[in-house]
Amino acid sequence: MSGTFVGMPAFPKAAHEAVNNPTLRGNLRHATHTIRAKREKAVAEVSDWAELREAGKRIKDHTLRHLDDYLVQLEESVTAAGGIVHWAADADEANRIVTELVKATGESEVVKVKSMATQEIGLNEALEAAGIHAYETDLAELIVQLGKDRPSHILVPAIHRNRGEIRDIFAKEMSEWGRPAPEGLTDTPAELAEAARLHLREKFLRAKVGVSGANFMVAETGTLVVVESEGNGRMCLTLPETLISVVGIEKIVPTWRDLEVFLQTLPRSSTAERMNPYTSTWTGTTDGDGPKTFHLVLLDNGRTDTLADEVGRQALRCIRCSACLNVCPVYERAGGHAYGSVYPGPIGAILSPQLRGTASEIDASLPYASSLCGACYEVCPVAIDIPEVLVHLRERVVQGGEVTREGNKVVLKPAKGHAAERAAMRAARWAFARPGAVRAGQRLASRTRRLHPRRLPLPGPGKAWSETRDLPPVPAEPFRDWWQRTQGGAK
Amino acid sequence: MRVALFLTCVNDTLYPDTGRAVVKLLTRLGVEVDFPMAQTCCGQAHYNTGYRHETEPMARHFSDVFGEYEAIVTPSGSCGAMVRELYPRLGERARAEGRGDGLATALAPVVPKTYELTEFLVDVLGVTDVGACYPHKVTYHPTCHGLRGLGLGDRPRRLLQAVKGLELVELPGAEECCGFGGTFSLKNADVSAAMGADKVRNAESTGAEVLCAADNSCLMHIGGTMARLSTEMRPVHIAEILASTEEEPAA
Repeated sequence: MSGTFVGMPAFPKAAHEAVNNPTLRGNLRHATHTIRAKREKAVAEVSDWAELREAGKRIKDHTLRHLDDYLVQLEESVTAAGGIVHWAADADEANRIVTELVKATGESEVVKVKSMATQEIGLNEALEAAGIHAYETDLAELIVQLGKDRPSHILVPAIHRNRGEIRDIFAKEMSEWGRPAPEGLTDTPAELAEAARLHLREKFLRAKVGVSGANFMVAETGTLVVVESEGNGRMCLTLPETLISVVGIEKIVPTWRDLEVFLQTLPRSSTAERMNPYTSTWTGTTDGDGPKTFHLVLLDNGRTDTLADEVGRQALRCIRCSACLNVCPVYERAGGHAYGSVYPGPIGAILSPQLRGTASEIDASLPYASSLCGACYEVCPVAIDIPEVLVHLRERVVQGGEVTREGNKVVLKPAKGHAAERAAMRAARWAFARPGAVRAGQRLASRTRRLHPRRLPLPGPGKAWSETRDLPPVPAEPFRDWWQRTQGGAK
Repeated sequence: MRVALFLTCVNDTLYPDTGRAVVKLLTRLGVEVDFPMAQTCCGQAHYNTGYRHETEPMARHFSDVFGEYEAIVTPSGSCGAMVRELYPRLGERARAEGRGDGLATALAPVVPKTYELTEFLVDVLGVTDVGACYPHKVTYHPTCHGLRGLGLGDRPRRLLQAVKGLELVELPGAEECCGFGGTFSLKNADVSAAMGADKVRNAESTGAEVLCAADNSCLMHIGGTMARLSTEMRPVHIAEILASTEEEPAA
């Protein structure tokens, strides 16, 4: 399975394919519109939604401001409860730690709870390279894994697939990984779910090692929390002898009391449910119950660098609900793969270029993968002003400036390929400081108006416009000339 | 009452009819309108594309031109949101970067007295029936910056509903972005075009003759797409509908 996104083309190029794939567009449109409408209803039921949103934002901001203290407190609580804490500065370190932990058990298989952090670091590929098979147990992740595909949505990783495609994947691939799909499998949801249950049960009962992420970590008690819908998470968290959880350092909340807010906002924002079916919490180890060994790998991987940025740090409030994806008109047309990251959609467009930097073609293009319509900010349950961060990152791309990378302040040069745009912007600013120049330009446009093509291919950046849209005709007289002619130019 | 018309560079250059309509409408309502000739552009395209430093002198120019007026009225939710929502941020950032309070101080007086046209009519003048007549079937597209940036809410719809002869029909998916997004329409042309085509199809499904909005830039994108898709519908700015009367009907 190809889980990495290295060398992805820039967003517009990657989106081109998706936009022109009618099946994909149909699947995405149907799925996002359904979840979008349900979310709106689920949110409208709560009378104090605005207060919950504000509370979530404040808890996260407070935690991020004192993250160093809470991380130390968390480490102490986890250790006191019998867990072992590991610190990973980046993806390589995290993968190395997990691989060694699994090897030490003598096992060559692990079952996995769906986790964004382990996808972010490419853990499955790293384990595979060490001869360890990692089995995804979330239904959608299973579909993605069997299909040798990449997830395209935070919460619904196989959102780009329809039932027929899933049936074909199950029928063809399940036997390669374990228990084959039942004979004569159809594309009815009940049959597909039953095929997945049978296939996965074999793995749950055999695996001695489980790997998870966590939605939250409670600093005061060292408790980890996973919120899920299928019960596969509960199986992975309780049946194996060893449990390894890989969690981003920003996932801390100070107290149990703080969970009250997020256990309301997360399910309503993500699956549009009042409450999710399974909420599992675990604290260290307990004799005679659950895993005998518990490891927590705390992952940085660009998070403290992101935290150093005053505007961009709000992205770390994200609770991975994916409401922004489901409401985003760009995501709906471009699909998740175009974002070249495990974090697609609006949140991905601000998170990936911060975690990875803006050096690559795809990361430099992500801040522009938005029309700045603001729908994402409106639905975000922790009030991340995504448009504000997008514009901030665009500035970083075109102007460069000081950023923190691996804890050090570095000065970025402006990204390549923006020289002509920069010159045009500067020229426009120069002209707009001189009303006379604007007027001269308008008059020139008016006088040559009969020569303007409305439909012919335009040169330069205008080409993209003229391929699908006509240009408006230039009027015979700009407003300011009319005003001066009729009102005498009072001022 | 004497107000300054901030027409925006797009309207001035490409859509002078919208400016003439605003003058006609406000004059009819007893407002004295001035058009400061030194006005140019609010700088939104610069700001949103990442050229904040280029935007700052443009914002300062705006405050120089409009600072002394009682109210500034603009027929653009997008440019209105730039002034009201983003100018304060320009001032804050300049301050945070140790460049002093100068920009924030210069912008402070113009920000609260800048109004989008429908906001000015409903909130400041207190009218919803502006005495217009426009016997056509119309659907309304609330543009993103007006809807979410300025929070125009149902003001434009209330104004349209009070227009004599106008039949207002709801646009399916009204609150979804049309895909213009300034330089987005060039940088991500495929996605932008797909969004525009969906908007036009939704508008067509209403059977309306006219798609109305409060932003000519979005209408330029939607109208350009309509022309290419050979749609019968026309894009019309809300100011032109509200300015239309029985004696002097708009097309």
